[in-house]
Amino acid sequence: MAAPSLVAAQTSSRTRVRLKPSLIAGIVIIGSLVIMALVPNLVAPYSPTNFDYQAVLQAPSIKHPFGTDNFGRDVLSRVIWGAQVDMQIALFTTLFPFVFGTLVGAMTGYYGRWLDAIFGRIVDIVVTFPFLVLVIAIVALLGPGLNNMFIAVSAVGWITYGRLVRGEILTQKKAEYALAGRVMGYTASRIIFRHLLPNAITPAVVYWMTDMALGILLGSSLGYLGLGAQPPTAEWGVIIADGKNFMTTAWWISTFPGLAITVAGIGFSLLGDGLADLLRPKG
Amino acid sequence: MNPQTATTLLELRDLRTVFHTARGALTAVNGVNLSLHEGEVLGLVGESGSGKSVTLRSILRLVRPPGKVSGTVLWRGTNLLELPESRLRKVRGGEISMIFQEPMTALNPVLNIGEQITETLQEHTNLSSQDRNARATELLELVGIPSPKERLKDFPHQFSGGMRQRAMIAIALASNPKLLLADEPTTALDVTIQDQILKLLLRLKDTLGMGVILVTHDLGVVAQTCDRVAVMYAGRIVEVAPASELFAQPRHAYTLGLLNSVPGAQSTRRPLIPIPGAPPNLANLPPGCPFSPRCPYVTNACKLEQPALQAISSTRLSACIHFDRLEPVNAQPPPEVQP
Amino acid sequence: MKPSDHTPIMRVRDLTKTFPVASSGLDRVRGLPAKSVKALTGVSLDLLRGETLGIVGESGCGKSTLARCLVRLYDADSGTLEYDGTNVLGLRGKNLRSYNRRVQMVFQDPFSSLNPRMTVGQVLNEALAVHRLRSSREIPGRIQELLELVGLPKDASERLPHEFSGGQRQRIGIARALSVEPETLIADELVSALDVSVQAQVVNLLLELQERLHLTVMFVAHDLRLVRHISHRVAVMYLGRIVELSSTEKLFSSPEHPYTQALLRAAPDLDPSRKNTLEAVHGELPSPLNPPSGCAFHPRCPKAFERCTLEVPKLEARGLEGHESACFLYEPSSKFKLNLNLLEKP
Repeated sequence: MAAPSLVAAQTSSRTRVRLKPSLIAGIVIIGSLVIMALVPNLVAPYSPTNFDYQAVLQAPSIKHPFGTDNFGRDVLSRVIWGAQVDMQIALFTTLFPFVFGTLVGAMTGYYGRWLDAIFGRIVDIVVTFPFLVLVIAIVALLGPGLNNMFIAVSAVGWITYGRLVRGEILTQKKAEYALAGRVMGYTASRIIFRHLLPNAITPAVVYWMTDMALGILLGSSLGYLGLGAQPPTAEWGVIIADGKNFMTTAWWISTFPGLAITVAGIGFSLLGDGLADLLRPKG
Repeated sequence: MNPQTATTLLELRDLRTVFHTARGALTAVNGVNLSLHEGEVLGLVGESGSGKSVTLRSILRLVRPPGKVSGTVLWRGTNLLELPESRLRKVRGGEISMIFQEPMTALNPVLNIGEQITETLQEHTNLSSQDRNARATELLELVGIPSPKERLKDFPHQFSGGMRQRAMIAIALASNPKLLLADEPTTALDVTIQDQILKLLLRLKDTLGMGVILVTHDLGVVAQTCDRVAVMYAGRIVEVAPASELFAQPRHAYTLGLLNSVPGAQSTRRPLIPIPGAPPNLANLPPGCPFSPRCPYVTNACKLEQPALQAISSTRLSACIHFDRLEPVNAQPPPEVQP
Repeated sequence: MKPSDHTPIMRVRDLTKTFPVASSGLDRVRGLPAKSVKALTGVSLDLLRGETLGIVGESGCGKSTLARCLVRLYDADSGTLEYDGTNVLGLRGKNLRSYNRRVQMVFQDPFSSLNPRMTVGQVLNEALAVHRLRSSREIPGRIQELLELVGLPKDASERLPHEFSGGQRQRIGIARALSVEPETLIADELVSALDVSVQAQVVNLLLELQERLHLTVMFVAHDLRLVRHISHRVAVMYLGRIVELSSTEKLFSSPEHPYTQALLRAAPDLDPSRKNTLEAVHGELPSPLNPPSGCAFHPRCPKAFERCTLEVPKLEARGLEGHESACFLYEPSSKFKLNLNLLEKP
């Protein structure tokens, strides 16, 4: 008896939206990356593709904080320009899966029966293949390049969102407010989109943030393997691949884009955690 | 039960349980003084947030952080609140047992009922393993589980709700406790099963000579099972009385309000007399009597100072300064407040 | 206060509802037949215009399933459901919507019955707009009217459900149901999640609204005291069937069915001087997965005889006019009535 009353006591006082430090950190990290992606020319000190044979394989210095690569390109500028490509990858490998998966999950969760059965079979088929292997197979089929990579990842990635949302909708549709909506005579689409989805989508949004980090990892892995972005495009995975032959002599070429991937990953995770907190309904 | 002659089994003095949360301290139990006599069933009633369950848990220090218990819990001469954890464990589930509202969460789902009873026996008795099995069968029989020997091997999920509650009582009784703390033991049960469990508890109390503290929100359950009743509101005890006297004439405005809220037998389809407002928010209690904002008898004096729980007769205590002005149960509400 | 007239507004006949139970893989390998729960087995009753019909019973008796079948949240397997002369079970789309506008439901759980992300104003606005009951200009005024009707403060419409207490949330639920101006209200355990002192407030509101808006109410609850207080007539359910149906007065003063008698004895009396040390009834509630043969109560019934184990007794008038029960102890009213002192304690 006491426990619920304590909770009630805490929530009944008006609560102001207070951002947690971790969420602020996430916003700052992802915000800076987005700025780099939008206006790299204003942020980067040099062109990412300009060769400078006077300054080949220079160690980090004031002039080149991240050093230079074997063509004398400034690694800092390449990492900054890489943000543009990698943020695109983060967005386009996940946007379609998020939207489509959520829709499919909502429909299968709400209607169930044969729709659910079909979805279940598709899930069974897809989860038997390792994700990366499946994506590589599709890219190999379509040919390397960013666009084909987006298609490959989207074709497989929506499944996870679909399962997440389906599970949430299954619980939410049994809640009495959803039943009340049916007794009020509301249409299925109103109940799904106006009532159930806002209460069911939070885990999908949170996963979306994590998935963007995974997307960057996947994109740079494919870039590294030569299946994603093609050189000389400055993409973090491509830059790492560029530096792989100089790992012992010029560690900075691969290390800084690697760090960039890590920082982006942490940023998306913090953002996801913070959003989960923020989106949770009160009471 | 005459409090002068009966021996005191348990005494709570200024028991206080505070939860320190990020939003400040919440005092769930606020200076509770209470005693229980041997062989007595004491009812602790109140609505949600009254602190009745926390009081019960505080007796055995079963309050998890950020909760902090202070005051004195005097059990046969020792203060349980100062006892080292190792010695408290002997009391907990030994001399004092506890049963809960949800047997399914209180029982271990991966151990069969027999194992759970013998575990307690092992902890609190010197019986040999053979005797423990015999005793476990005996206990299941005692709580009215048919074919006890076979059911020892069953797991909690194979029992119905009522049978689970019986099994939990059997486990609680394994150590021959002198005091049974029952936290809403029948709230999750159907009426006919509740009736069986309450009668079982009363029978066991008589045969085993235990004291019982029964926490409940159901006034009917109190009337049918308790010898004495303590009414709680906002973490405080507001009235203590023998059950027969309490139901005949409450001496606290809150108790009166509670009894008036329950539909009586005759008043079909007439408006009830509810207590206005909602149960109090512990984070935001008014000064003075915590019931004053909802009370039809409120005067300025009520709002100034928290009235103390005082003896108003040889058997009764009340914390209401208007205890002698209260109307009988189910009378019309008092005239509008005079200043 | 009697119901304004005695014409049935809703007629339920032989309503049956079965829920399939997912069987385990092991059961399927063993070739056991698919299990199902018979939640309702042939329920018949009339809901009279303007009355409050109480439905009581313990868990698994089917009272909530019945309530949900009546508002078409569940589709009954068989039987008929007529409302004001129309067959309700066949309704689809627009016709179902207009039926639901006339027959509304209020739910049990003050926490899950409201969408946590919609303010009270949005909830009511949606109902009014979807059913086009008011033009968009009139809606804000109507919302204020509804809030006043259920006793909520004026500024409630701006606030989210979590800012209200349990009792206030039930008021919001009632306002939502009333927003479409229904004739009939089905209340499923409307106050059972509330504190005693708050229950009385909501009960008073229901009584008052029924009077003001001439509502017909079906009050489903497990609390006998409340049902007795509110209802004109009461139906007692046990394991998917109605076992007794009568005016409140007769049911509580001279219950016929042994289960009703046990239920009344088991409900704890508020008077400590009327203590009863004997159990009202022995045994457990049977599992609806595997209901007993004949009268479902016979394994627990102190008066059961052979016929009870073989045949299902019909719900019919067996003594006084309008007092129906399903028990072989009583012959149907036209015939000789057994002279048994049925109120004696076991």
